[in-house]
Amino acid sequence: MATGTVRTSRRPDADIKAIPVRRPWRWVATAVVLGLLALLLTSMVTNPRYRWEIVARYLLDGSVLNGLLLTLQFTAIAMVLGIALGVLFAVMRSSDNKVLSWTAAAYIWFFRGTPLLVQLIFWFNLSALYPTIQLGLPFGPTFATLDANTLITPFIAGVLGLALNEGAYMAEIVRAGIVSVPKGQLEAASSLGLSKSMTMRRIVLPQAMRVIIPPTGNNTIAMLKTSSLISVLAIPELLYSVQIIYGRNFQTIPLLLVASIWYLLATSILTSVQTRIERRFSPDRDPGASYGSRLRRNLAARRARVKEDR
Amino acid sequence: MSALVRAEGVHKHFGRNHVLKGIDLSLDEGQVMCLVGPSGSGKSTFLRCVNHLETINRGRLWVDGELIGYRQSGEALHELNDKEVCRQRARIGMVFQSFNLFPHFTALENVVLGPCLVKKESKAAATAHAEELLRRVGLAEKLHSYPAKMSGGQQQRVAIARALAMRPRLMLFDEPTSALDPELVGEVLDVMRGLAREGMTMIVVTHEMAFAREVGDTLVFMDDGVVVESGDPREVLARPRHLRTQAFLSKVL
Repeated sequence: MATGTVRTSRRPDADIKAIPVRRPWRWVATAVVLGLLALLLTSMVTNPRYRWEIVARYLLDGSVLNGLLLTLQFTAIAMVLGIALGVLFAVMRSSDNKVLSWTAAAYIWFFRGTPLLVQLIFWFNLSALYPTIQLGLPFGPTFATLDANTLITPFIAGVLGLALNEGAYMAEIVRAGIVSVPKGQLEAASSLGLSKSMTMRRIVLPQAMRVIIPPTGNNTIAMLKTSSLISVLAIPELLYSVQIIYGRNFQTIPLLLVASIWYLLATSILTSVQTRIERRFSPDRDPGASYGSRLRRNLAARRARVKEDR
Repeated sequence: MSALVRAEGVHKHFGRNHVLKGIDLSLDEGQVMCLVGPSGSGKSTFLRCVNHLETINRGRLWVDGELIGYRQSGEALHELNDKEVCRQRARIGMVFQSFNLFPHFTALENVVLGPCLVKKESKAAATAHAEELLRRVGLAEKLHSYPAKMSGGQQQRVAIARALAMRPRLMLFDEPTSALDPELVGEVLDVMRGLAREGMTMIVVTHEMAFAREVGDTLVFMDDGVVVESGDPREVLARPRHLRTQAFLSKVL
């Protein structure tokens, strides 16, 4: 059994410097994983079928960059609309009015309960269900009649599908944030005579942000990748633009690598932005809690121990 | 003369749980009433009814001659709308067991918030008043501290200043020292003692019998949703008339 022994023999009043417990299995696991990683890396370099020269040629290709831009635009638009819908439906869901709260519940149930891919194709084919869309009063006069085929472009179908789906998830996130604020906060605000809307804006939502922001960041990152589903609507976003290219030259793998590199880069940037925003919204968190700083601290402690042992 | 607070036959149910079973009480301006009794006796619920945090199911409650939560026209009682309820609450200060300071605001911001948002006082006037109040509760050095950086006693004193900033006619205290470490109880009671001396009308739900004896003008003993006995605190504490009061006091004194 490996246990730490304490060297106190020489000076019992000295600070304790225990010899750490030996962990041989940790070293074995490290060696196995490093070995596998080395194998993977060598194959990536030596296997000619990766065709890295084609990856390099298309990485900055104009249509690929346009596709990346379109992906970023869809992510941004879908998230902005999704958050707006989410706040709206979260407030409706917590309303005392049963019709409002059940409508919101039904919306959330439907859009979370059906696959996004199905929803996208559904919106794209809306004109089969409603050939014309009329603007007017219910059972009253009609002001304008629009042809659904021209109104629902692939772009509109894509935005509708992504935003309505995201709205359902955001509604639950926002509601969780509102519910997380202790009841005592509402009572304190009431006892001061604050109105309901003032309480929501000044007391509840600022405190709910801590709970709302981390999953919203995760959803934004997920949306960046999920938006690749709109490639089925023939919108030349990142995935579809590389599909167009490999449809011509049959270099499927290198071009999927091109798309993956851009997706990874974009998600990495978003992740670091998310970490910064989260840190700003929780000022009482340990500032040295990031992985890098923990690693540096551990290494420094280890070096100090090694020096002591000599 | 009419009492500042008057309750007549107040009943309160939570579902099938009958919490208040006909409370009759009255409190004159400038007086301090201490509510004591075992937990579950309804004393906190009664306090919460006084500023309409709970709606009452039967009876009537007046503060400063105004019916709380309702408007009577002939036989009919109309619920007050949100704005009218807010106006009534703004004149009644409340201090909670768990402080309930707003954690995203500093001590000063906590105190300034109500006057600025509800009474539409100017920022400068509200800040000056808030600084004076915080100085009075002994927190001149903590103006810009966040609640998380303060002890429980300090937080509760900020909460008292926050309630006072609305210049209330009446202060309600719901077990203000029950969540505090024993050595911090004194600083909060000192502030309340000072308020009573200045003539603030107060209803205090408390387990601090020494405070009730010293500061209270009336002591009300409640059990199982009714007022068992009430009177001069020294008299009630020294010579309780009812068996239930005797049993309770023998456990806490």
